[in-house]
Amino acid sequence: MITAIIAVTSLAAVFGLLLGYAAVRFRTEGDPVVEKIDALLPQTQCGQCGFPGCRPYAEAIVAGEADINRCPPGGEATILQLADLLDRDPKPLDPERGVEKPKRVAVIAEDLCIGCTLCIQACPVDAILGASKQMHTVIESECTGCELCIEPCPVDCIDMIEPPPSLATWRWPRPETDSRNGRSLAGTG
Amino acid sequence: MADRPGHFHGGLTLPAHKRQSTGSPLRTAAIPEVLIHPLSQHVGAPAEAIVEPGEKVLRGQPVARATGYVGSPVHAGSSGTVVEIAPRPVPHPSGLSADCVVIRTDGEDRPFEGYDPLTNYRTLNAPALRARVRECGIVGLGGAAFPTSVKLNVGVGLRSLILNAAECEPFISCDDTLLRHRSEEVVLGAQVMLHALEIRHCLIGIEDDKPEAREALTAAVARIGDDRIEVLTVPAHYPSGGERQLIQLLTGHEVPAQGIPADIGYLCHNVGTAAAVARAVLRGEPLISRIVTVTGSGVSSPTNLEVRLGTPMANLIDECGGYTANARYLIMGGAMMGFPLERDDLPVIKATNCLLAASEEDIRPREETLACIRCGDCASVCPANLLPQQLQWYTRANDFEQVEALNLYDCIECGCCDLVCPSHIPLTQYFRYAKTEIWSRKREREQSDHARERFEARKSRLEEQARARQRRLAAKTRALGKAGKDEAARKAMIDEVMQRVRAKKKTDEDQDKGE
Repeated sequence: MITAIIAVTSLAAVFGLLLGYAAVRFRTEGDPVVEKIDALLPQTQCGQCGFPGCRPYAEAIVAGEADINRCPPGGEATILQLADLLDRDPKPLDPERGVEKPKRVAVIAEDLCIGCTLCIQACPVDAILGASKQMHTVIESECTGCELCIEPCPVDCIDMIEPPPSLATWRWPRPETDSRNGRSLAGTG
Repeated sequence: MADRPGHFHGGLTLPAHKRQSTGSPLRTAAIPEVLIHPLSQHVGAPAEAIVEPGEKVLRGQPVARATGYVGSPVHAGSSGTVVEIAPRPVPHPSGLSADCVVIRTDGEDRPFEGYDPLTNYRTLNAPALRARVRECGIVGLGGAAFPTSVKLNVGVGLRSLILNAAECEPFISCDDTLLRHRSEEVVLGAQVMLHALEIRHCLIGIEDDKPEAREALTAAVARIGDDRIEVLTVPAHYPSGGERQLIQLLTGHEVPAQGIPADIGYLCHNVGTAAAVARAVLRGEPLISRIVTVTGSGVSSPTNLEVRLGTPMANLIDECGGYTANARYLIMGGAMMGFPLERDDLPVIKATNCLLAASEEDIRPREETLACIRCGDCASVCPANLLPQQLQWYTRANDFEQVEALNLYDCIECGCCDLVCPSHIPLTQYFRYAKTEIWSRKREREQSDHARERFEARKSRLEEQARARQRRLAAKTRALGKAGKDEAARKAMIDEVMQRVRAKKKTDEDQDKGE
């Protein structure tokens, strides 16, 4: 009887210690699902979803406060990926949040810019270069097209433009939308 | 059942159209008044111009340098003056423009003496030879234009070098012509490559419908007397000139899915590339010209031309007697894998192996696409052993994960499935679309990861600034608080400041007087 009690108690102690150690050693920082969702979001930090950035939106999805169809920059592709990740049914983009647009970048009309730095403060990814009373300019390769700089500009000198297609970014059109003869042209005779 | 050597799955035996262009001997095309050199005519990063408008250049002088490891420089096709470096339409399926170095030639064709012939190449090591191949701008001339120096840097463990002379595209005959006229160059190139790769075996594969070229090649090997080089004939069965298919035909070994030939000990180069390597190493000649097949019933007298890179395509058509009345399409590359061009003022680039001026009869009409009837013909002709019908299905549903799982990247875009599809589904274009779409999504993912990093960096910087401000404020409050407790110390502090102000005022006044 005593042996049994000692054996069970010591076993309990050993496993308790093991579990305690594992809890410390293999602790996960943050919620991994939030990380996974955040990795799928386009990181424009534009706030069109109604949350102050992509990560807060990811957290809201996990908390069940927001649906997966609130990200216009990500569009259909992101909704499909989120649906896949969370095992939910995909649904169309919430029209209240905006419409899916091709990626655009901000351009500052340099002769109009008064150097107020308001856009610099608004840019979430430090893509605008400039100083007080100096002309500002957008670093095109860093701009995510979030449009957050448009609103604060007092002289309305920022435009969103679609960057021209280049050989590096060109994509073959889907055959359904291509007027050219996309099939192999081989002679038959 | 394992495939016996000399066989690959699927493929098609196509009617040949090579006699059209092999009937007349190789000619050299005239040097045009204006040469247009696109900065991006190879796989990898575009080259960067190193000349200015107005600068005089010599034939073979580098006008743009390679950026990045997978890159290649560009050389002037003839001597003349750089007119501009600006976007010009380039031969590309997109029909887009890209930066080009435009040179007005002076007709003198004076050579650039920057590259010494390395006739003693046997005393040089592999990196030195690769450097020469790279600086001479050599890229794969079979049509893919992958930088040759990169491909030569495969490391150890190679069994054989394989030279591709199969040339299975029905209309193209530039390699055939090269072998008939310059097979010695090809053999010398093979020797240089063997030395650079430090291996002792080379197989040259040629289709059995080119007896003249084969004879010339065997004779050249015998003349040079190199028993490391073997010439083997393969049946004329499209796409025997695909790298993987040729390796399978010659060795019986199959390149694994998503792998490269070097994984099983082989390295494949086009014969034209070998000849270009020989010229670069033995004669110090950079890649400024290539043989182009100009053919099809849309051109009066089809032939093969030795062309300076950068020559407008319209000049080549003129050299061949101009268009015929029934010319309908201009295609760069072959009838199977080429792409249609919308204009003919585009320059010949390193990848231009063929210009096909096609009539309506040369190519198949565009027919209405019908629903897939699941006949499976596409899978039975696929030389890569893929399931085109499944790939097409998932591509249409934009399920790219599945598409990748079905080994989309092993598709060589040969067009066999297109040709046999009874429902006229443009399968190959679906696969091209899927490939570029996947790359584009990967690029977007990288960009958003980059944006996240920058956003987080900014956030932590702003937080740090806010904290620093608070710390400063707290320090000040503390200092004031301490002084407030001790009346004498406070007075001393005020006196000190007043004295400083008075002293400064005095020196300012003294200075004013002095002036």
